[in-house]
Amino acid sequence: MTRQMTGAEMVVQALRDQGVDTIFGYPGGAVLPIYDAIFQQNDIKHVLVRHEQAAIHAAEGYARSTGKVGVALVTSGPGATNAVTGLTDALLDSIPLVVFSGQVPTFMIGTDGFQEADTVGITRPCTKHNWLVKDTDALADTIHQAFHVATSGRPGPVLIDLPKDVQFADGAYVSPAKARVSHYQPKKKAPIEDINDLVAMIEKAERPVFYTGGGVINSGPAASQLLRELVDATGFPITSTLMGLGSYPASGKHWLGMLGMHGLYEANMAMHGCDLMINIGARFDDRITGRLDAFSPNSKKIHVDIDPSSLNKVIQVDLPVLGDVAHVLEDVLKVWKSRGRKTQNIGKWTKKIGEWRDVRCLSYTQTGSIIKPQHALQRLEELTKGMDRYITTEVGQHQMWAAQYLNFEDPNRWMTSGGLGTMGYGFPASIGVQMAHPDSLVVNVAGEASWLMNMQEMGTAMQYNLPVKQFIMNNERLGMVRQWQELLHGERYSSSWSESLPDFVKLAEAFGAKGIRVSDPKDLDDALMDMIKYDGPVIMDCLVEKHENCFPMIPSGKPHNEMLLGDASTADAIKSDGAVLV
Amino acid sequence: MSALHIKKGSTSHSAYDLRDPNGEIIEKHTLAVLVENEPGVLARVIGLFSGRGYNIESLTVAEVDQEGHRSRITIVTTGTPNVIIQIKAQLGRIVPVHEVHDLTVEGASVERELALFKVSGTGDKRIEALRLAEIFRANVVDSTLASFVFEMTGTSEKIDAFADLMRPLGLIEIARTGVAALGRGGNA
Repeated sequence: MTRQMTGAEMVVQALRDQGVDTIFGYPGGAVLPIYDAIFQQNDIKHVLVRHEQAAIHAAEGYARSTGKVGVALVTSGPGATNAVTGLTDALLDSIPLVVFSGQVPTFMIGTDGFQEADTVGITRPCTKHNWLVKDTDALADTIHQAFHVATSGRPGPVLIDLPKDVQFADGAYVSPAKARVSHYQPKKKAPIEDINDLVAMIEKAERPVFYTGGGVINSGPAASQLLRELVDATGFPITSTLMGLGSYPASGKHWLGMLGMHGLYEANMAMHGCDLMINIGARFDDRITGRLDAFSPNSKKIHVDIDPSSLNKVIQVDLPVLGDVAHVLEDVLKVWKSRGRKTQNIGKWTKKIGEWRDVRCLSYTQTGSIIKPQHALQRLEELTKGMDRYITTEVGQHQMWAAQYLNFEDPNRWMTSGGLGTMGYGFPASIGVQMAHPDSLVVNVAGEASWLMNMQEMGTAMQYNLPVKQFIMNNERLGMVRQWQELLHGERYSSSWSESLPDFVKLAEAFGAKGIRVSDPKDLDDALMDMIKYDGPVIMDCLVEKHENCFPMIPSGKPHNEMLLGDASTADAIKSDGAVLV
Repeated sequence: MSALHIKKGSTSHSAYDLRDPNGEIIEKHTLAVLVENEPGVLARVIGLFSGRGYNIESLTVAEVDQEGHRSRITIVTTGTPNVIIQIKAQLGRIVPVHEVHDLTVEGASVERELALFKVSGTGDKRIEALRLAEIFRANVVDSTLASFVFEMTGTSEKIDAFADLMRPLGLIEIARTGVAALGRGGNA
């Protein structure tokens, strides 16, 4: 028997049936019926953000820290266009979201009505899929399809555009169990021949390296568990992209640290010198590969990915394996064990890696009365390790330092905008994370410039009493832009300093939050502990060295084995024809 | 060297490899894409080609199964072998796409295109146009004392050839449907 209800009620019922407990949104004329339905129930908590972009990032933070789908609700026109950055961010980082947007009534579509925008047209390239629902009878089924598409295969954001008359009208509700079975069913298991080939390559490798990415985290906690088992059983070294941090513990014996443009020396040198590269759930992003024709020149390459279009897209590999990471790892472990757990003696390779580790590429010297950003993060790590801790970041130098100096022991603990590089991501994401984990420590590692991009969310943090810690490393610069201008543009610092900054302590107090300022290294630990212990939102204005550059670094146009290290001279590091490319 | 004037193929100091690894090998492929006939599906397919910089030589689309809500999109595209593989993988990723067939590699196929030609002229040219139309098995579907509209079905090459012949004889307008194609043999 089907139940009759309004479209607005269907949205709430479908969310309930999909197990959603929290949504992020901002009301407006075209979604009033849904807000009315939300008002009349208690199962689903609605978090009122202060800008629609923040609703999407908060939903991303919620999704990434829980492994569940993030849900957001925005109005038509400007509500939907404000959501576009967040949707694109989620698409590039493969984050499952279901976003509802209001739309003018069906009979007004195309008339340039008030707050009308072609939302499905605008969001088509920045969603995995989207729907304009014109019939209330089709609504419940569409919502269930949306959850299926967002979470199946390579996850991603989807959007449902809901005209206001469809929200008001009555229709028949179908439950998830009764919904149409979608033809969209990506395969999870890889062919056994590929698994056998993969194992045979593992058995022969003399200089192997695991190169893992966000796909391991998206595949669920079992994937991380299986990865740890495989790495520890084979003894192969492992590195990860920015997106994959935490899938293998930073304290693990075989951990090399992050790779890529600002990755660790030992990780990049291992990638360059290996004879077998096992890519699990990463996508050969250009921040990872550097110069393609010099990328890991002497290795056989295996690529495990659930998205067929990722295979052989950038790098031609020797063995593409199409499947879900957890399924593939499970099968690889089974086959490798049944064939006798064979590996070559990789002692020489391990020794070589040990020599690269001894370069100690992250070393720096904290002297004098100015806090080095690296030192600030190392103290944060020292004081919070072992705590139930989640980290979000904005985008720039601080993000790379956070990836280098903070250690992640578990998946889903690290939320950062990788693919799109969205300044303004971290603060709203921290709100989403804190909503999902109310008793955990949530720290947004930020730069002052990024943080200002979504600072209005202080209101949200206060309203819901979310004790998010905004750890702003303030160098009064757009640090990464400044660094590139120093290296590439003759030290002409065009528009890369932060002028007219607010007094962050007073800003915090204006919202009723706690503000802390620290500038002396001697006071840093106390300030950090004040921030951590305070039961409420905190803005910490940590004044750091203004001209610190982020190293190590693969300059644009260079292969992995030509990294710049911290004390290296940066003069002439990058030739001018590399300059346009980054 | 000015940063904005990179020599084509200059890669020695570039974070991106500017060279096309298969620059010279451009292949033409005919793809049959079976899709759910829902609003916006054609926009998704075309948006993929424009968004990722792929080429469309021709494109035809129509519903082929009314009850099953299926449309068939036939796309003729060009690209390097790797690009063609990417195009197929990217098409397969679109949610309402059910099947992607590369008719160029999946055995022999029949490809046909329909074209209409308006040829204007009198005297010898008019007679010559009509004579050539007979040779090419084109039908006259409209006629005035000073013009014909010919209809012709055939491969794209045949239509090209006929158009080339008609041009000096007064071809003033041409309309083509683009390629429709099916694999040969008894299997779908």
